[in-house]
Amino acid sequence: MHAQPDSLDRRSFFRRSAAAVGAAAFAPISVGVGAPDAQGAPAFRFAYISDSHLYSKSLNDRFARALMRAVDDVNNLDPQPDFVFYGGDLAQLGQAHELELGAQILSRLRAPLRIMVGEHDWYLDMGARWRQLFGEPTYSFDHKGVHFVVLMSVVEADFWTKRGMTPMERMVTVAGLDNGVQSPFTVGPEQRAWLHKDLEKLPNSAPLIIFSHSPLYKLYKNWNFWTDDADEVQAILKRFDRVVVIHGHTHQILTNRIGNIHFHGLLATAWPWPYPPQGVPALTIQMSRPDPFNPLDGCGDGEILVHADGLVDKVYNLWNRSPITVAKGYTASWGKECVPPKPNRPSF
Amino acid sequence: MSADAKRAAVIVACAIVVAVIVGCAAGLKQTQTPEAIVTDHMAQWRLRNPDRANRWVEEEKERHKLQPPADNSDILKGEQGKGHAYGGYTERDVLLWARETEKLAVEGSRIFHSADRLGGTVGVSCDMCHPDAANTHPETYPKFQPQLGRVALLRDMINWCVQHPVRGKALAPDSAEMRALEAYILAQRKGTPLNYGKH
Repeated sequence: MHAQPDSLDRRSFFRRSAAAVGAAAFAPISVGVGAPDAQGAPAFRFAYISDSHLYSKSLNDRFARALMRAVDDVNNLDPQPDFVFYGGDLAQLGQAHELELGAQILSRLRAPLRIMVGEHDWYLDMGARWRQLFGEPTYSFDHKGVHFVVLMSVVEADFWTKRGMTPMERMVTVAGLDNGVQSPFTVGPEQRAWLHKDLEKLPNSAPLIIFSHSPLYKLYKNWNFWTDDADEVQAILKRFDRVVVIHGHTHQILTNRIGNIHFHGLLATAWPWPYPPQGVPALTIQMSRPDPFNPLDGCGDGEILVHADGLVDKVYNLWNRSPITVAKGYTASWGKECVPPKPNRPSF
Repeated sequence: MSADAKRAAVIVACAIVVAVIVGCAAGLKQTQTPEAIVTDHMAQWRLRNPDRANRWVEEEKERHKLQPPADNSDILKGEQGKGHAYGGYTERDVLLWARETEKLAVEGSRIFHSADRLGGTVGVSCDMCHPDAANTHPETYPKFQPQLGRVALLRDMINWCVQHPVRGKALAPDSAEMRALEAYILAQRKGTPLNYGKH
């Protein structure tokens, strides 16, 4: 029932990764799939770390160590990625000392950091400390011809005032994945207007990558694997030839495609979530159930190889297992080509 | 008012109170069942103490989804219990079973979602890996747990988690906490066929 630990060590992982990149570079061009640049070598790559859920080090050293391991992983990449993207939920209860610990560990990264906020970072002081440390949560930037947008997709309607909750009660409520008192996540009208304006100048063919903490679609409302105004956000993205959305929050391998939008989840460093009970998108190849006896199984970090057209190869660097790449050809072909390896154990 | 007048007033007042109590008791004896009296008192207490009213079951069910216990209203149909020492149940029995059973599961939900109640020392509670008790698969126990090297029951795995990820002390198998946790986890898998030994 438990996953056999893979004997892959760090060195052979890098060898294998390098081989995978090399193989991608020399793979035959498949006509009619994906983008104008077809399956050539990626234009650049960045690394990701996400969902560390830090308490103070004295309360819980495990989560801090896991983030430190991810920072080591990324720092050992050679060549270094262009930047490192942090996917949100740096803290568990949004406390200043948790965010500061996270900032301290992340400051050891050799590559530049881009960071997104998660609900665990926000609902104690409504983002006050996070903003001081990292700046505004909604922003965009351009890198090597690709337009990147970072959204704050965990806006919840006020459920706390009428209940007379303290800030910590509000935070603990939001921190419970299965807590039904909280509201669904949204991007909200203000950010949607901002997004529309931010994208206005881009042609439809522009390579575009959007980061959101929650999946920008509706998967499972009870756990906020969900963005309530996803349809409105998707409508803003509809005119583009292709868009990649990369999200945290779900702590698992998760792949989806809706029309022109290709979705990829991020692994967590803290713990893996189960898949939602009602099922997953058809393109998702579920990771097998993590071994409860190994606290790092199912966790990890990874890399994102960006092609000139903006589509990506998404590398899930699972600690304790072989890395899994969901190549751009997989989502581009609606799952017909470049199928990632299926795990030999059920996910439950 | 003189001391005598005061004494007289007190005596009169006492007599009135006694008369009222006796009168009420006599009246109640004839018209109200003990359950109704208790319910009435409880309702009055709730009215006087709106903030202190014990709503923990409702509050926990609002926070965390709970599968309801089985509906036993079928056994009230017809005359199934007639003439039997066992089986002559009333609507009250059925309601009481459901309420008490659910209460144990709800208490389990509160413990499941609280690092403190679990005796954890690192801020970790069960729901952090098992939202809605997902991925606990109690229907597969007992089974041989290779990591433990022996056959495990659900409670053995609960205790493993309490000791390791939660970093608390193992619960006594018959402790109130273990009973409630088992109740909650089993409740959440309602409808799943038993399949002991399944990996």
